[in-house]
Order: sequence, then C-alpha cells, then structure tokens
Amino acid sequence: MTKRTLRNLQERALRAFFLFNGIIAIVALVGIFVLLLTSSFPAFREVDLFKFLSEKIWDPTAPDIPLYGILSQIVSSLMVTAVALVIAVPIGIGVAAYLSDVAHWRVREIVKPVIEVLAAIPSVVIGFLGIVLVGPFLAKISGRTHGLNALNGAVLLAVMSLPTIISISEDALSAVPSAYGEASLALGASKWQTIVRVKLPAALSGIIAAIMLGMGRAIGETMTVLMATGNARSFPTGLFDSVRTLTSNIAIELGEVPYFTTHYYALFAIGLVLFLMTFLINLLADIFLRKYQEHEL
Amino acid sequence: MTSSSTKKIRQALGFLFLRLCLALVLAAVALFLADIISRGSSSLSWEFISQKPRRGMTEGGIFPAIFGTFLVTAVTALLAVPVGICAAIYLNEYAKKNRLTRLIRLSIRNLSGVPSIVYGLFGVILFVNMMKFGTSILSAGLTLGLMTLPWTITASEEALKTVPNSFREGALALGATKWQAIRTNVLPYALPGMLTGTVLGLARAAGETAPIMFTGAAFALPFLPKSLGDQFMALPYHLYIMATQHHDIAKVRPLAYGTALVLIIFVLGLNLGAVILRYRLRRRHKRF
Repeated sequence: MTKRTLRNLQERALRAFFLFNGIIAIVALVGIFVLLLTSSFPAFREVDLFKFLSEKIWDPTAPDIPLYGILSQIVSSLMVTAVALVIAVPIGIGVAAYLSDVAHWRVREIVKPVIEVLAAIPSVVIGFLGIVLVGPFLAKISGRTHGLNALNGAVLLAVMSLPTIISISEDALSAVPSAYGEASLALGASKWQTIVRVKLPAALSGIIAAIMLGMGRAIGETMTVLMATGNARSFPTGLFDSVRTLTSNIAIELGEVPYFTTHYYALFAIGLVLFLMTFLINLLADIFLRKYQEHEL
Repeated sequence: MTSSSTKKIRQALGFLFLRLCLALVLAAVALFLADIISRGSSSLSWEFISQKPRRGMTEGGIFPAIFGTFLVTAVTALLAVPVGICAAIYLNEYAKKNRLTRLIRLSIRNLSGVPSIVYGLFGVILFVNMMKFGTSILSAGLTLGLMTLPWTITASEEALKTVPNSFREGALALGATKWQAIRTNVLPYALPGMLTGTVLGLARAAGETAPIMFTGAAFALPFLPKSLGDQFMALPYHLYIMATQHHDIAKVRPLAYGTALVLIIFVLGLNLGAVILRYRLRRRHKRF
C-alpha cells in the first residue's frame, strides 16, 4: 500500500517535472516580449513613437538634435527580403517539384544531404562569401567600385532561405494524396501538366507557409546583411544602393552605445519592431501550415 | 497529334526548367564550398589551430577561438539538451489535447522564428544586466541555449514519435507505471534520433554570431578564459572581425579564409558525427 502511494507520488512528480520543462518555452517567448517591451519603453520618453516609425533619418549621435527615425531601415529590410524571395521562391519551388515528382530516388538521396549542407553553413560564412565572392562579382558586372549593396544581401539571403523553402514545399507536395496525380494522369494530362495544374495548387497552402518561413528567416538574418550590404544609413533608392537593415543597425550600434541612454533603449525598440514583424509572419505561416495539414487528413 | 506534341515539348521545357533550378542550387553550394576550401586550405596548419593570434592578429593561429567555441557550445548544450528532451517527453508522452499543450507548441514554433539578434538583445537584458553574469561565456551560452531550445524540443519529439505505441502498451500491460514504460520501452529506442537532432541543433548554435556579439564574445583576448564568468573568443565572431573590423583587412584575408574553413569543418563535422551516431545506435537496436 505505502509502496504503491509512493510510486504514485513519484509518477506525479515526474509528470510535473516534464510539464515544467514544457512551460519554459512559454515563459521564454513571453519573457522575450516583455523584456523587449520594458527595455524599449524608456526610449519613448524622448522619442515620438509615430516619428520613430515614419521618419527616414537615424542619427542618434547628432550634436544638436538626435534623430531616431527607422523608416529607412524598415524599407531596407523589406527591400532586401523581397528581392531575396523573388530569386528564391521560383527556384525553391522548382527544386521541390523536381525532387518530389520527377527525380529518381537516387538523385533525391544525393541532393537532400547537399541541401542540408547548405542549411548548415553558418550565416557569418555566407556573409564572408558576400564580401570576397559575390561582392567583387557584382562590382565587375555593374561597373562600380564595390559590390556591397542591397542586391548582394538579397542574393545571399535567397541562397540562405532556399533550404527552408525547398524542404517545406517538398513536404507539402508529397502530402498531396497520390490519387490526385493518378486521376490527372489517367485523364491524359502529361506529368508536367499534373505538377503545374494539380499538385502545385493542391499543395498551395503548404508552399505559402514555406515562403512565409523563408521570409521570416530572411528578415531576421543579421550577419549576412551586416557584412554584405554596405550599411549606409541613407534611404534606399535602388538595388545597387548600400543599405542598412534593422538587424544590421542593432548589430553595429549596440556594441558602441553607452548603456541606459535613449539611444540604447531605441535599439531595443528596433528589436521589438523586428520581433513583432517576425512574430506576425510566423503566425501567418502557422495558419497556412495548419490548413495543409488538415487537408492531408 | 499536334496537341500531343506541344504537350511533350512543354513537358520537356518544364522539366528542363526544374533541372536548371536544381543545377543552380547545387552550383551555388559547390561554388561556396570550393572557394572556402581552395583559398582557406593554404592557411590551415597545425600552428594555425594550436597557436594564439600574434602581432595584432596578423599572424599566428586561432586556438583561443576554437577553444571558446567549444566552451560556449558546452554551456549551450547544458541548457538546451536536458530541457529540450524533458519538454519533448512531456509533449509526446504526457500532454493531453488541451489549451496548455497548444500554447506550448505555439510558443515553440514562434521561438524558432525569433531572429538571432533579438535573442542577443534578450541575453543582454536578462543574463548580462538583470542576472549580473556580465559579458561572459555563461551569458552567451545561455542565450544560445534558449535559441537552440525549440530545435532540440522538436527533434526530440520527432524521435519519440517514431517509437511504436505497442512498445508503451506492452510495458503498461505488464503492470509498469507510465514512467517505467517510458524509461525502459521508449527512451532507449528514441535516444539515437534524440541525440542526432540535438547535435544538429548544437552545430547550428556553434556557428551563430549575432547572439554572442554582445553577451560575451571578445574581439581579441591575450589569455584563454579561466572561468565561465570570463569573456571568450569564438570562431564565428573571429571570422566577422577578421573580415570586416580588422585594421588591415587585406593582409589578414588568408587568415579569415582559414578561420572560415575551420568553422565550416567544425559545423559540418558535428553534422556528420550526428549522422554516424544515429547509424551506429540504430544498428545496435536492430535486433529488437
């Protein structure tokens, strides 16, 4: 009897212990949000929130009036991310379709580890390649003195988001019931027609989720854009402009700023903006992912 | 007849496009690796990986950075591995389909989408300032640990899912308690997958720069760190410094290439190790 209650107690304690570990995830996410919020708050004693988001000029160390406008950085982040997706989405979906519907299984066995290798390359190494490989190439073809610009960052971010886009799109394509494809082929459609008209539309919500997750990664990426885009503070006007994204700005200035000044708090406010942007993107991705998983059942 | 031949041509063109996409991706990977390997291997020597940097980091090796990366990854593992495995056990073995479970899962998915620089900011507030760990191995390791957590949880849960339910039911039918069933009939079989996934997560953490830039990584240090409260040099941060912040970037370019190569070998080596580990442990359990 006592042995049994003891064991019962032990079982409950273990369950509580495992639950505690699961709850750490909630605490961490809420903790990040709350600490970013409380650390950004002091910045808005001196900076107007609306001006913070809508002014183009960021110059916190200006001698007379410091300026805290992050619009240029927001536009830079969005521009680099958008161009990256324009490059990565067609290629990523193409590779996913090839792997799921065309390739021999042996090809798949070889290609998948290669894509995993790509996913495993640290972002700082990709950024370094932006300086030594992609930058000089872009400088040469555009006839400029250097190639550290928005396009360089976009090309690198495209390469970095490819593994995410490929693997999730491929999962979505493979999850399309095989009866769909078989019905299409039986009606006389070619394999290509089946991919384009049947499989891709059926997998659409999963593919959109893949794109959103790739976008989340690209917009939050720091080292690559920090090293490859040149970091000029001006408002971007074209792809060959040197740009400074939200992430780069934090990385550049947090190391130099005196603690607990308005400038310091403003950097946390940029972090909060980033957190909210990626949170929203991931939430949307989640909705689309759930849609295709329901469809799978 | 003509419509079927245009159909064929379209299909041929379509497949050509798909093959081109694949070729482009493979070419990018090959180009990246070839550049680092061909230009980095000339800097690689025993001296390079066993010595300290000398003369303002224009000569010598990168041993302190390798050592620092090992240490900080160990701290990362100390946080991310046990918590990740235990959380996965809860989610896969105990959790019921209720609001709390959904909330935990939603948090995990969103944590994995938080940008690495935001983890860095969080580390500065929580570990460096509030907990007063200062800029140190401990702060940087814990920051990386939190970032790695969603990956280790997801990987461990995937591994637990592969264990058939009949294993649990068999133990329970013989009178085992829930925990006994998990310990004897689930964990041994899930372990290979858990370890593989965990090591992959740690490999990613070891290559991260943004979370450690402001929580403990140092530009250059004359000494090796003596305790977890010291600052440290790390391979990824060292590469960043050598590539962009050094006063004589052109001169140290070969050293930067060497550092990049060592970092890639370190990360891909961990990946390879994880795969081999899974293969070996699987073979050991095959007789069941």
